[in-house]
Parts: sequence; structure tokens; C-alpha cells
Amino acid sequence: MMNTPLYFRRSQDVAARHFGDELMIMSGKTSALFSLNETASLLWNSADGVTPLTEAVEREICAHFDVDRDSALADATDVLNDLARHGILEVADHPLPHQSAAQP
Amino acid sequence: MNFETKATPMFPGPARQLHADIRIGGTSVRLHTDSSELVEVIAQRFNGFLTPFDAPDYQFDVSLIPTPETGSDEDVSIVHEGPLWRVRRGDFRAEWDDRTRQGTIRQMLSPYALDTVLRIVHTLLLAREGGMLMHASSVVRNGLAYIFTGVSGAGKTTISRLAPADTHVLTDEMSFIRLENDAYVAYGTPFAGELARPGENIRAPLAGIFLLAQGSENRIDEVSRQDAVRGLMGNILFLAHDADLVNAVFDGAIALAAKVPVRRLTFLPDQRVWDLIGP
Repeated sequence: MMNTPLYFRRSQDVAARHFGDELMIMSGKTSALFSLNETASLLWNSADGVTPLTEAVEREICAHFDVDRDSALADATDVLNDLARHGILEVADHPLPHQSAAQP
Repeated sequence: MNFETKATPMFPGPARQLHADIRIGGTSVRLHTDSSELVEVIAQRFNGFLTPFDAPDYQFDVSLIPTPETGSDEDVSIVHEGPLWRVRRGDFRAEWDDRTRQGTIRQMLSPYALDTVLRIVHTLLLAREGGMLMHASSVVRNGLAYIFTGVSGAGKTTISRLAPADTHVLTDEMSFIRLENDAYVAYGTPFAGELARPGENIRAPLAGIFLLAQGSENRIDEVSRQDAVRGLMGNILFLAHDADLVNAVFDGAIALAAKVPVRRLTFLPDQRVWDLIGP
């Protein structure tokens, strides 16, 4: 079970667009395209760098879906780490400051 | 669209004696050079797209280097600081100021460096307007344009080679799509693939885009909006590492898929596939 709080933030050079329940994300680094389902999209929406993952899971997942907290948290951690590996998200054990919209 | 150009280049160099004017998709580029050999190379590579004009949209001062530092098969490096763009590969270095639309190219005596620079310039320009360059062949039939896209080996050149005599090939390699008056238009390009010849320098309203797959029958299938966007995004030429451009290209693909039918075309490599295409 995870004890250290996790914070997560959307990377800067990505573009994300909703298609119904699906969220498509394009990486500016690799041009790769990713699809997030409804629950992963909810996490994406909370990826502001200051909301801890536990709070996001409780608020966005557990409050709306019939799932126990520990399972949801474990699944969410896997999703975050996967997206971080692809450079879509940044994950840290401390709050991540807000970034300006674009970089050269 | 025409833009005023300043008389004094942003990147001043020695006055060049010769120039070549290339217009692709309505955008004009003037290349200044002292090399008559380069002008000859340009004339061959961009045959059909050399059009004299008074006020070019972009101007480049082109000088020749004798040997490449590495080679033309390495990846292109593209960086920009604000409006200043620098593009380099083993066989060329190009830089320009997007405000003045003037710059320099140092390259070997070959058409490939210019080809690359022109693709990048057009990509940047088109992305801002909702258009794009796409790895795709395109043809005009009965006054309407059709685009065929897919991964390498999917059949882009094959399908244009199989096209009936009444079709006009715009390109077998790199399709040029422009948004004009809220409608998409496909233009011919000189960017050639296996056919090794420039497309026809004409334009037509874009009536359909086909995601190519080779199979055991000729068939057209509808695809979801998501799959359409995925299919387009996988083949649109764009420059990564720039947040604004990533957003522009993504939005461009979404808007294109919303406006123009995008379907999957499975085909056998014979002419009967063309019975399925067209109004």
C-alpha cells in the first residue's frame, strides 16, 4: 500500500481532446497518440500538480464508481506511472508548481 | 495570400545573381542563389511548380557547401526561439525569421535539402491556418480530390498508379491540404515518392480521405471519429516539441475529420478498386 503522497501534473507539450467518454492525448515529444478511458480521464482532469493522488481518487473515482479505495488507488498509481513513462504526465512525491502554458 | 517583403534581407549576404520562384499550394517561395547548377536542379525537381511572381511569401538566400558534415539520412533537427527557426541535417542548414519570412540555406548541390526545408515551411504555415501536409497520395477525379493515406507500404503509390486515365495525380507522397473559406482543398505538390515525378499543379475540393489497408477484397468501411483522427494524426507531417504547434495540428486533424468523410479502404492491387471511389 502506498504511503508517500503522489502529486501529478500534465506535461506541457501535450494536447488533449475529449471524444465522448474518451480522452485522446498527443505527445509533442514523440507524436504518439494515447487514449484514456472515462476513469483515467477523471484522473487527467485532476492532474494539476497540487492535488494528491489519494484525494483525486477519493473525489473523482470512489465517489462515482463502485470500487474500493485501495484497489482504485493501486490502479490509478499504475496508470500514472505508465503515462509518466510516456512523458504525458509528471509524477513526484511533492507538489509540482504550476507551469506557464507554452515553452519555446 | 501575399505578404509584403522587406527590401533588406533579415540575413544579409552577398547579392545573388539568380533566383527561382516556387509556388506550392498558393504559397510562393523565392530562392536566391549564385549557382546556375542549383537553378537547374531546382528546375528539374520542382518542374510544374516554378511560377514567376512579384511578391514572394518567403525568400531564402541559398549558398552551396561542398560536402555534408554527416549525411542526409540522419534526423532533421528543428529548433526555434520565438520567430527564429533553425533547421539542420548533415547536408544542410537553414534558418529564417518568421516575421520577415526571410532566411538562409546552406546546402549541398541536391534537391533534397530544399525539399525538406520547403516541407517544413509549408507545415508551419498550414498548421496556423488549419491545413496540413499529410503522408498520402491524392488524386482529382471528376473535379473532386481524394486522399489515400497509410503507413509505409499501405499502398499510397500503388493506388495512384492504378488510377484510371481520367484522374489527375496530385502527389503519390505528400498531400497538401488547405482550409479555404471553411472548406478543405487539396493541392498538387512536387514532393514525389516512388513515382519519382511531381504531381500536377492543380487544386480541387477535398471530397474524401481513405485510410488504406491491403486485403483480399475491395471494400470501404466507415470508421469512428476517434479512429479517423487517429488515422490522420499518424500521417500528418508536423514538428514536435512545440506546444502551440501540437495543439494546432491536433485541432486541425479533428476539424478535418469532422468536415471530410474519412473511411477505411481495403483493396486488392488492381484497377477495380477505383469502381468504389468517386461520386
